[in-house]
Amino acid sequence: MKKVAWTLGVFVALVLLLAVGLRLNPREVPSPLIGRPAPAFELPLLMEPGKKFSEKTMLGRVWILNVWASWCPPCLVEHPVVTQVSRSGMAPVIGLNYKDKPEDALPWLKRNGDPYQLIAFDGSGRIGIDYGVYGVPETYIIDRQGVIRYKHIGPITADVVKKDMEPLVRKLNAGG
Amino acid sequence: MRAASLVLLVWLGGALAQDPQLDRRVTNLAHELRCLVCQNQTLAESNAPLAVDLRNQIREQLAAGKSESQVVDFMVERYGDFVLYRPPFKATTVLLWAGPFLFLLAGFYFLARYLRRREVPAPRLSAEDRARAAKLLE
Repeated sequence: MKKVAWTLGVFVALVLLLAVGLRLNPREVPSPLIGRPAPAFELPLLMEPGKKFSEKTMLGRVWILNVWASWCPPCLVEHPVVTQVSRSGMAPVIGLNYKDKPEDALPWLKRNGDPYQLIAFDGSGRIGIDYGVYGVPETYIIDRQGVIRYKHIGPITADVVKKDMEPLVRKLNAGG
Repeated sequence: MRAASLVLLVWLGGALAQDPQLDRRVTNLAHELRCLVCQNQTLAESNAPLAVDLRNQIREQLAAGKSESQVVDFMVERYGDFVLYRPPFKATTVLLWAGPFLFLLAGFYFLARYLRRREVPAPRLSAEDRARAAKLLE
């Protein structure tokens, strides 16, 4: 009797372990950048290559950085959601056009609409490396002090916006 | 002036490409780092665009005189411990490192218990049994 209880106990423990372990998503690598200052950069604008954008201009505001590329199908999938976020006025959405070519990116925006306040152009992907980008699209929320508070890897969904992003932006805006 | 800088550039490019020792260091380090796009490959094995970029980063930084551990720190700062093929030993990874040994110990424990239980106690023989056995063996 005792033996049966033991075996059952071990079995249940193993099932629980696997139930949790197998459901973790290995693609969601926890970013070491959360809670750290957003890496500094200065990049030309996609629309006006003569002008530059630096993350420092956003200090004092809570903002969203969305990394995308015209060659990335999931970016097209999340595009309506990004557009929604931008229209809602939740926070300014800045695009980071990653390892792309202007001649591909500009028609893509024309076709699908341009939800971004402005787009920084990272053709070499060097700034992407600083931000730990490895699977576009990726979305960051950066607070007023310029600290990264949130990162989402892969396309954002209406659910992610409602459950994670909106409450956090509200909190950051309220808390200073 | 232009021609001179072009010559310099070509020479530099050639020098960068033809430094077998640097090549070896880049490859060795790339074997220690995970490609985050195709997670079960190292940076050395993967041809994903990001892996190519990161190999170039390694090469640039080593060529600029940085040490291997500085380059590894650069990667960990951006991608976390996950980028290391050999995770460091710290509080969150104790179970990972010690787990196999714990299982081994548990295995020994159960083996010992099983073997002890299986031991058959030596039969007790009465004087009569002994006499009979002695007779049979004669």
